[in-house]
Amino acid sequence: MTTKLFGEPVRRREDARLVSGEGRFLDDLGQQALAAAFVRSPHAHARITSIDVDAALEVAGLVAIYTWEDLPAGVAEPLPLLIPHPALTHGRTAYPLARDIVRHVGEPIVMVVARDRYLAEDICSLIEIGYEYFKPVVGLEEAVSSTHLVHQDVPGNVGAHLVQEVPSAGGQSAAEAIAAAPHTLAFRLDIERSACMPLEGKGVYARWDADDESLRVYSSTQTSTSVRMAIAAKLGLPLPKVEVIAPDVGGGFGVKIVHPWPEEVLVPWAARLLNQEIKWTEDRREHFISSAHERAQIQHVQVGFDDAGRVLGLSVEILHDHGAYTPYGIIVPIITSTQLLGPYRIGAYRVEFSSIYTNTVQVTPYRGAGRPQGVFCMERTMDKIAQKLGLDRADVRAANFIQPDQFPYDQGLIFQDGRPLIYDSGDYPESLRKLKDLIGWDEFPALRESARAEGRRLGIGLGCYVEGTGVGPYEGGHIQITSDGRVHVSTGLTSQGQGHETVFAQIAATELGVPIERVSVVTGDTRRFGYAVGTFASRAAVMSGNAIALACRKVREKALRVAADALEADPRDLEITDGVVHVVGSPAASIPLATVAVLSNPLRYAFDEEAKRATQFATTGSMDRPPVAEGEEPGLEGKGYYSPIRSTFASGMHAAIVETDPETAEIRILRYAVVHDCGKMINPMLVEGQIHGGVAQGVGGALYEKMVYDEHGQLLNASFMDFLMPYATEIPHIETDHLETPSPLNPLGIKGAGEAGVIPVSAVIAAAIEDAEGFPIDRMPISPSDLYDLRLRSPR
Amino acid sequence: MKPPPFDYHAPTSVREAVEVLAEVGAHGKVLAGGQSLIPLLNMRLAAPAHLVDINRVAGLGEIQTDATGVRVGALARHAQVERSAAACLAQPLLRQALKLVAHPVIRNRGTIVGSLVHADPSAELPAVLALLGGSVRLAAATGEREVAAADFFTGPMESATRPGELAVSAFFPAWDGGTSFIEVARRHGDYAMAGVAAAVRLDDLRITAAKVVCVSVGPVPVVVEVTGECGNRPVASVDWRAVVAAVQDRIEPEADIHATADYRRHLTGVLVERALKAAADA
Ligand SMILES: Cc1cc2nc3c(=O)[nH]c(=O)nc-3n(C[C@H](O)[C@H](O)[C@H](O)COP(=O)(O)OP(=O)(O)OC[C@H]3O[C@@H](n4cnc5c(N)ncnc54)[C@H](O)[C@@H]3O)c2cc1C
Repeated sequence: MTTKLFGEPVRRREDARLVSGEGRFLDDLGQQALAAAFVRSPHAHARITSIDVDAALEVAGLVAIYTWEDLPAGVAEPLPLLIPHPALTHGRTAYPLARDIVRHVGEPIVMVVARDRYLAEDICSLIEIGYEYFKPVVGLEEAVSSTHLVHQDVPGNVGAHLVQEVPSAGGQSAAEAIAAAPHTLAFRLDIERSACMPLEGKGVYARWDADDESLRVYSSTQTSTSVRMAIAAKLGLPLPKVEVIAPDVGGGFGVKIVHPWPEEVLVPWAARLLNQEIKWTEDRREHFISSAHERAQIQHVQVGFDDAGRVLGLSVEILHDHGAYTPYGIIVPIITSTQLLGPYRIGAYRVEFSSIYTNTVQVTPYRGAGRPQGVFCMERTMDKIAQKLGLDRADVRAANFIQPDQFPYDQGLIFQDGRPLIYDSGDYPESLRKLKDLIGWDEFPALRESARAEGRRLGIGLGCYVEGTGVGPYEGGHIQITSDGRVHVSTGLTSQGQGHETVFAQIAATELGVPIERVSVVTGDTRRFGYAVGTFASRAAVMSGNAIALACRKVREKALRVAADALEADPRDLEITDGVVHVVGSPAASIPLATVAVLSNPLRYAFDEEAKRATQFATTGSMDRPPVAEGEEPGLEGKGYYSPIRSTFASGMHAAIVETDPETAEIRILRYAVVHDCGKMINPMLVEGQIHGGVAQGVGGALYEKMVYDEHGQLLNASFMDFLMPYATEIPHIETDHLETPSPLNPLGIKGAGEAGVIPVSAVIAAAIEDAEGFPIDRMPISPSDLYDLRLRSPR
Repeated sequence: MKPPPFDYHAPTSVREAVEVLAEVGAHGKVLAGGQSLIPLLNMRLAAPAHLVDINRVAGLGEIQTDATGVRVGALARHAQVERSAAACLAQPLLRQALKLVAHPVIRNRGTIVGSLVHADPSAELPAVLALLGGSVRLAAATGEREVAAADFFTGPMESATRPGELAVSAFFPAWDGGTSFIEVARRHGDYAMAGVAAAVRLDDLRITAAKVVCVSVGPVPVVVEVTGECGNRPVASVDWRAVVAAVQDRIEPEADIHATADYRRHLTGVLVERALKAAADA
């Protein structure tokens, strides 16, 4: 490696395009396409008794109206349950168009195709649907105790129930360990719903080529390969006749990993049926009521600990609200219940969750994916232990840390990838030391006192987490060096603005020894790469990054072989610098990669001067060997796949100082500090950016965002007017420090960084407010009005 | 999120505008900055058959200032008034309020008169007009009338503007004393959970006149005269509890998803004291 870009703060190559209006998002495409719009249920739970389209049929510009009854066999079936699990005994998914029962406000019932979106929406408003109303099930505890059922055949509204139990080293169960512990605590925690809210909603644009009998679909998705397979299966098309492309995608944060969305099946189906281009672009209200939410959980915690605050036994019962359907299985509560343990080595652990149906929008992973809830649980527990024992909150954490010499550390649980939860590496004591330095933990009491003298109320809090990143099963990378010396990198997973064009190019440039300007990167285009899983779970850099590195190494090896032939040198003496292969120590003996690419592809026909060098009468190759030797392939091209044995575990710790107004109960974050360890950083600037964005979303979840459902199952704040996503003005300056504990599991030594920022924020802010106010904060998010209420109920 | 169909009119004079408005009557809506109306149309919460866009009407953009106050034309944008040194010298409360209205991009389009006609009980400018006892000038095909603030705001999102009328300007009187506007919003630039503007006059450090207006705690901006409660005393010796109680007696806060009624009442109380002190200091 000579052109060292790995580890450098290279500027994001995609930004000039994205910030100057040159990006091509879903709605920028297909300007001539017909528009689809949907009539969605205004009721949370009802049977459809009639659908009257008479008035709609009069409108000029109408192309088609479809209900469930119009759908052919494959399309009419319920959408797939993507991740089955034995504990998900009552998994249910929706029909692409409601068949007879609607189970949440926003469920699609009728699809309208018209000349443009204005007309399509006019037509939707003319369609009259009759309903027989049922009492909706709203709220977690209400759902558990309700006699009303979201699905008639799911008793108690319980979709899944799972217990995991890890006994202590001495063989005690959690219950036994707690009973025998010198100190115990029991409490209830409550976290509300939020949602991904990408700036660009979902969207699908499909065009059928009748001559070629092929389908091209653009989707604003986090997984084009899997959408492709789903569409081919649903429509009964040969896979090679379906192309799916994720164009520029304006954010995903998890919601776009779910697939196929009803629209991802219906729009291509109708495009083929009508032999017309069709596009559907989700609007914000649709995104609120018919995509996905996350976070809502109620947790009952019991903990037993010793005088030093060491946890001897922990038992957590989780009620998880998964909404009306379970297309993504029970991944979120599995992550909560396993990642809850964070950086700690505890005695005995028992976790039990029930995943519950309610007549609300379905719940699927949102950045952090169950971890914020788990970390909230564990970190509140640590704070309560410290409070009970009168110990420093940082010391209690330190007393429970897994030590650097204890890796690999097996938590004894099964993680979300079906594999054992074994931490690969980390240094938690050092992270804590750095965090305390960064925020000034030990100096805070003095700061608090001087503020108090001015009548101001300050508090400090901290929170730690471990994040399993880079889940399998695999990703691949493809490298092609063309005869102009350009390097074409492609990988199947998609990008939603993370900066893959930059970091993957850094990896390829470093591995191949070429200038980064010569490297181009394509993601999420099934025409270029057909095998992939998708972008989620902080996995893109780990999975595709390593796959691309492996592909580069293959291509590099071949390039050196071909160059060695041409230079009559030993490949082991060769090096590539600035796109030129040369003999180490004698730069004159060199050959550009472009020429190597020409020579690697024996030609019959010359199409330009360069190509002449590879034609059959020009080469000097041996007459005893075929032009393409056995085991070789033409071209400077290679594929690599990376499939890890299990996830790699990143970690981090955050701390915040908040001020609460003694009169107005306003909550202000004065300082926010992050120490983060994602192994080797490919690009520290992008890691920083990921952390900033994550913290911003975390602040949203801690202080602003919630989904307010009334008892009728109506979402009362389904717009940006009332769903309070924080503005830049609400986000504090974020101070960061890093640790690099390489992962031993992958060639590049990297760990994921995509979700990290969001994970501990609610726990940290709750801790800081609790510290300022002196009473427990067990429910998040918290608003000034909530804080005012708590003050009235808990006099200081 | 696309508006239902409507006929679009773009008059170029007040005369032409009021003629169109007379013709379309209750089926018409005036489009000014569009910052409130366009979202309502896109969410199909309003479906006027006719939209009368006044942005090309000549002569409505003026901001006239003299010793008696500031007259703001129907096309004067929030941002223009906020940046008008003369207007803000004549009536500083305008700028104090405007910097709390939404965000710069919205202030670049939104109009002060549009905000008054829109009559949102959480909006700042209706409160300012009410506190200062200003007025709105309404033009119709049949002639003009000037409606006092006290009569102009008739309910939540309801003003005295009748179908066929165009609000051509609003008058914000000067105040020979100090003013302030303090509010608490969930996020920067949001409509406030509670907010209070105050106008105070001092004589030899004693409060000789004091009044407040509260937003988001009633169907219309709630103006409360508190000169009596301030008791002709210096700020430091006012019985603030009595002042606050007098205001809290008059407001009718309601709960919504952002705040309880109790919190709004409490918050208004806190802000009344802070706003009056700030106005006395100004
Ligand atoms: C995100 C966001 C945040 C906001 N936050 C605030 C805030 O914190 N505080 C605040 O006060 N406002 C806020 N606003 C509203 C903003 O100030 C609007 O601009 C203002 O309320 C209306 O002015 P407009 O010119 O945009 O009116 P339009 O949207 O054009 O019209 C509003 C209504 O008034 C009528 N109308 C307008 N002008 C006239 C006229 N001359 N004669 C007769 N009828 C007329 C229209 O028919 C319509 O019914 C916010 C808006 C947005 C989008």
